[in-house]
Amino acid sequence: MASASAFEYAPAPESRAVVDIAPSYGLFIDGEFVEAADGKVFKTVSPSTEEVLSEVAQAGAEDVERAVKAARKAFAKWSALPGSERAKYLFRIARIIQERSRELAVLETLDNGKPIKETRDADLPLVAGHFFYYAGWADKLDHAGFGANPKPLGVAGQVIPWNFPLLMLAWKIAPALATGNTVVLKPAETTPLSALFFADICRQAGLPKGVVNILPGYGDAGAALVAHPDVNKVAFTGSTAVGKEIARTVAGTRKKLTLELGGKGANIVFDDAPIDQAVEGIVTGIFFNQGQVCCAGSRLLVQESVQDELLDSLKRRLSTLRLGDPLDKNTDIGAINSAEQLARITALAEQGEAEGAERWSPACELPSSGYWFAPTLFTNVTQAHTIARDEIFGPVLSVLTFRTPDEAVAKANNTQYGLSAGIWTEKGSRILAVASKLRAGVIWSNTFNKFDPTSPFGGYKESGFGREGGRHGLEAYLDV
Amino acid sequence: MSEKTEKTEPRLSVFKTYKLYVGGKFPRSESGRVYEVTTQTSAAGAAGKGKWLANAPLASRKDARDAVVAARKAFGGWSGATAYNRGQVLYRVAEMLEGRREQFVREVADAEGLSKAKAAAVVDAAIDRWVWYAGWTDKIAQVTGGANPVAGPFFNLSSPEPTGVVAVLAPQKSSFLGLVSVVAPVIATGNTAVVIASEKSPLPALSLAEVLATSDVPGGVVNVLSGRTAEIAAPLAAHQDVNAIDLAGADEALAKELEIAAADNLKRTLRPQAVDYFDTPGIDRLTAFLETKTVWHPTGSLGASGSSY
Repeated sequence: MASASAFEYAPAPESRAVVDIAPSYGLFIDGEFVEAADGKVFKTVSPSTEEVLSEVAQAGAEDVERAVKAARKAFAKWSALPGSERAKYLFRIARIIQERSRELAVLETLDNGKPIKETRDADLPLVAGHFFYYAGWADKLDHAGFGANPKPLGVAGQVIPWNFPLLMLAWKIAPALATGNTVVLKPAETTPLSALFFADICRQAGLPKGVVNILPGYGDAGAALVAHPDVNKVAFTGSTAVGKEIARTVAGTRKKLTLELGGKGANIVFDDAPIDQAVEGIVTGIFFNQGQVCCAGSRLLVQESVQDELLDSLKRRLSTLRLGDPLDKNTDIGAINSAEQLARITALAEQGEAEGAERWSPACELPSSGYWFAPTLFTNVTQAHTIARDEIFGPVLSVLTFRTPDEAVAKANNTQYGLSAGIWTEKGSRILAVASKLRAGVIWSNTFNKFDPTSPFGGYKESGFGREGGRHGLEAYLDV
Repeated sequence: MSEKTEKTEPRLSVFKTYKLYVGGKFPRSESGRVYEVTTQTSAAGAAGKGKWLANAPLASRKDARDAVVAARKAFGGWSGATAYNRGQVLYRVAEMLEGRREQFVREVADAEGLSKAKAAAVVDAAIDRWVWYAGWTDKIAQVTGGANPVAGPFFNLSSPEPTGVVAVLAPQKSSFLGLVSVVAPVIATGNTAVVIASEKSPLPALSLAEVLATSDVPGGVVNVLSGRTAEIAAPLAAHQDVNAIDLAGADEALAKELEIAAADNLKRTLRPQAVDYFDTPGIDRLTAFLETKTVWHPTGSLGASGSSY
């Protein structure tokens, strides 16, 4: 908790009573919850308390086989349905998500560790919106610009990360089903619960068996899924290293591949930017979801002449961020998702110090149990520093400076990644000029981390290829 | 080559030394190597059986890397040119080709073992293909981009942008129409290309380079290499400054090998597919080498005082 006395708040926790987590869950294959073929299970814990939430069946290669078979069997009927009927299933799902959104928000916060403020106000509205948006496309594919009567690909194997478990599921499943594909989806091993609740929503919606199959498990299950010969489409969101491995796996096949990978987004602040708004944008850019965001604005590029003013203001603002119980409605910074991720962030931050960057964090008391990392700022960072090059995927901001717009663009583009960038300036023409030179898939002008179902999202360079969202997002699931 | 005229000695024709095309210049291979190119006939498809045509440069991996440097250098200017300008330049290529139609008919007939009439049909289709893509340069953004109706006070615009440097393995059989069909869409959108000509029939590609050099196509936008496809393609597929690769000219085994190498920096990869190059193309080859950039602009509100975000 921040110690600034003006900001002492009484706890305002959201009730856990709205969600009922069963002591154990199975895999969801062909419309049924089943045990793993080899009987393996794993525990999922709440990262903020380390409390075991549930025991979940762990999918293996044999389960992948079963699930792909179920998806293949369901494909013929599902793809032959009139688009208007598929649309109605998706509209049903969107509506049920809205109805159960508080329950799902609390569940997601428990399993992931992110603040309820975010699951309630960002994740869940976007999840419902995504299904609602793609539902509408299902009977309009002839008009989507991919030629008349575009065909689905078949069975989609989808592997998603833990940072936005349900939102990433929505990004994968909604366009796949709208276009007539069936899916086998593997949620991340640290956040399997919302996907399993989604399986229940599919049942409530009356979705035909086998159209959606959910396989909680580890990397081995994901690897088996993307390598399965009867999978026609692979969609992955996660690290660049795993993305490259998947690209090698599908080489020489006819599988269509889309990848949403890492990033090292530059947030560029020009000297004429409104400092207070920019500070809010910087905070949103790197501390939203504890910085565990592929499109995070993890490199702050600030024009030298306003560096001092901006950093003073930013530090003041960081001192007011409240870190703690993710279920508390006042909490700004929740828990890091896992011990493993915490170790990675810790190691990279230590490397930042070792390489000579200057580390700063606000006075910030960390809870005694769970995985926590204080908001951290590095100044005196050069482009050669590891913390300026590698994705940290945590609440760590590296601050670099520039003098001219050209230098800002050159530094922003000096990365293997190309997912996101931010531009802060009062000058409209400068926004347009700089935006056109940045090699990144999503650019936010005087804002950051905005998402919308209608807006295509995805990267340049080693941030992956393909787009999710909007009309563009359909292409990944059509044989075009 | 030489035609007999009555009672006079046949005039000795002037042979052309075929060269690579890199950075707008026509170098020999830095390796000094050449290989024999012969005519293809239905009777003598196998190497060595046809009539000798030329000693083409046998490009090396160093030539390939030089070509990437040239293509990267040209990318800023070409991608930054207006779409209208690129359209005019591509149309200029068609104009120049039309003027050298007879030469290409002869070269394509030799290269692919076609009758003169069939070769003429190929060349005509290739010229028309340049015209087709010339018209696309300033339309593709409207077809593939647009405003997105986001639920918030933002003007949200998606626009296509060229991927960067594209390695192109030109089709092995269709040495001219196929070549044009894979190169034109790459550069139409502002990418720059390193092209590996058909291994057995590289001469139409090397002659096309001479056309490009006189068509206002800036040096480095298209670079043409001849030689062994597998030898040149391997360093291109693994090159960290190549953004994409079109595997049209690779067989199944080579395509897989190159796709694996290309994964190392996540190149956009267009796999080989069965194409009849006489068919009117779709826009797939244009979109295969385009990125989508989405920019969120605040629309603000006029009612608020001061800065409006």
